[in-house]
Amino acid sequence: MSDSPKKRLATTSLAGCFGCHMSLLDIDERILALIEQVEFDRSPINDIKKITRRCDVGLIEGGCCNEENVHTLQEFRRKCDVLVAVGQCAIMGGLPVMRNAIMHSDDPLKECLYEAYIDSPYIQNDNHQIPNDPALPLILDRVYSCSEVVKIDYQIPGCPPSGDMLWQTLTSLIEGRPENLPLELIKYD
Amino acid sequence: MAKSRIVEIDPVTRVEGHGKVTIHLDEDNNVDEARLHIVEFRGFERFIQGRLLWEVPVIVQRLCGICPVSHHLAAAKAMDVIVGAKHLTPTAEKMRRLMHYGQIMQSHVLHFFHLCSPDLLFGFDAPVEKRNIFGVIAEYPELAKQAVMMRKYGQEVIQVTAGKKIHGTGAIPGGINKNLSIRERDALLKDIDQMAEWARGALQVAKNYSVDNLSLVQSFGSFPSNYLSLVREDGALDLYHGNLRAINSQGRAIFDQIDYQHYHELLVEDVRSWSYMKFPFIKKLGRLDGWYRVGPLARLNNAGFIDTPEAAIAHQELKAVTEGKPNPTSLANHWARMIELLHCVEKIRELLLDPDLQGEDLVVKGERQEEGVGVIEAPRGTLIHHYRVDKNDQVTFCNLIVSTTHNNEAMNRAVTKVAKQYLSFQTKITEAMLNHVEVVIRAYDPCLSCATHALGQMPLEVELYDADGALLDRNSQHIK
Ligand code: SF4
Repeated sequence: MSDSPKKRLATTSLAGCFGCHMSLLDIDERILALIEQVEFDRSPINDIKKITRRCDVGLIEGGCCNEENVHTLQEFRRKCDVLVAVGQCAIMGGLPVMRNAIMHSDDPLKECLYEAYIDSPYIQNDNHQIPNDPALPLILDRVYSCSEVVKIDYQIPGCPPSGDMLWQTLTSLIEGRPENLPLELIKYD
Repeated sequence: MAKSRIVEIDPVTRVEGHGKVTIHLDEDNNVDEARLHIVEFRGFERFIQGRLLWEVPVIVQRLCGICPVSHHLAAAKAMDVIVGAKHLTPTAEKMRRLMHYGQIMQSHVLHFFHLCSPDLLFGFDAPVEKRNIFGVIAEYPELAKQAVMMRKYGQEVIQVTAGKKIHGTGAIPGGINKNLSIRERDALLKDIDQMAEWARGALQVAKNYSVDNLSLVQSFGSFPSNYLSLVREDGALDLYHGNLRAINSQGRAIFDQIDYQHYHELLVEDVRSWSYMKFPFIKKLGRLDGWYRVGPLARLNNAGFIDTPEAAIAHQELKAVTEGKPNPTSLANHWARMIELLHCVEKIRELLLDPDLQGEDLVVKGERQEEGVGVIEAPRGTLIHHYRVDKNDQVTFCNLIVSTTHNNEAMNRAVTKVAKQYLSFQTKITEAMLNHVEVVIRAYDPCLSCATHALGQMPLEVELYDADGALLDRNSQHIK
């Protein structure tokens, strides 16, 4: 880990709903204690758009839906000592993974596309166009969990994990001590 | 001679979700156009088909962890129609309202303080290291603490009404699955006066910003447009339920008090190649003139009055600036947002004191319908959920128009206007200049998470750039 007194933390949301980041903010006033111990590198809550230097911990929300998600995840793996998959989407794909499992279809992705942009009765799409532009990243054939793409060191389950759960695991990671999580924290609806 | 080129802001930060901006400059470094792209997809409308109706309000909120309650409630309202629940019990309706006000409170606080206040407090071109909530904590610790505690309070309101702070389960088709215990009520009542005081302070910060920087606010990404929102039957602001009203830039009605079950007779969506987010417009005005804005400022432009005393006065003050005409700016959204924050706190207090919340009658049912529309005013504006369900209770059709989608055209216009003003003919484009573009996006508090609900498979693409990074050629393989 780097030798600056404060640990460096980077976070990102890939194909997630931001709920895991919101849950991180649910540590509420403990955020004041957190910034005594850590400095934030790249994160959607500041304006650092690429990781600036080696980080101790990287938190990943969401799995991979498109090539950009994969590049970001690889960037985090390269530049973070410890990589943590936070929440069901990062661990197993979560809600977006439902698109992998559309039944009775030879080409589920095409169906999704047509449903949204061509077949809907409530659109006016005279040229029958489907979004297709260099500015849009390539969508993957299916949704991948993070550990299918890079090595993940820890997983924090939940949708989302509660603020308390994130606080407990994050502080023990930062302080480098093992954590024993009580049942209430890891029991879900 | 220099070539035309594209400058990117990727990802847009301090907004919720995933998006990027491309700024297109011609040979003379003049900004042609700027675009906000929604780059992520989910595919909800397709993969929800086949799921059971009671699952929908629980699943759909996973589109967005910032306003999950809005999706949860909009879906539940659509399912109310389908299970034939014409009128909810007072306990159910008021529990849902309480949940919703808690949600708007936390979301507005998060948006104003955690995401936007660094731009307003430190300036659009402050150093990157400072331009975030940690910078605010360092320099305005008291204000930052209030923000953290107000957001926490909103989340706690959600916790006791939905069972969980994020992705709860409180609303079910035809009602709600719990009431509010006296203990839960008293815990919230204890802090409500403090919340009201802080909300007044927050409103003052937002108002002062607009008044002190009037000429900036009046010019920065400002333009006339139409406005859409729900309003109550008497024309009052109502964030949970009402009928559709749209007005033009002069404040005249385009349509008014329309039952939202018929939204699709009024609105239609356009598709463009460069964004997965569609472009809705008012059918009878057409593509060019029919686009509109939603959200806090649109709601306050639309509403005749507010039915809580303190927010009512604040609403009048806002209206006075434009002499009662619709306010056309982007930045005054912050002011409107903080008026709504105060309104929510007033509403939460009213509800907490209402004994109906301890009622035992939670669910109603009636004659089963095949189709239902649920509409709510989410923090960022009008949110439309539309479902058809077959006799096995399985969803066969779904259409969603999320708040951010309604603002798509407006945000792109705002982005282009600001980019032209601050970036044209610059020899060097700095990070601070680019932040100006993000500032105007943030005024709309876009939830790019919500906006990604549509899913597409991108055609395979190859792109060719020259040494200067200009796009030379693009080859796409389309889906057959
Ligand atoms: S795990 Fe749940 S809360 Fe986290 S990003 Fe996925 S859907 Fe959202």
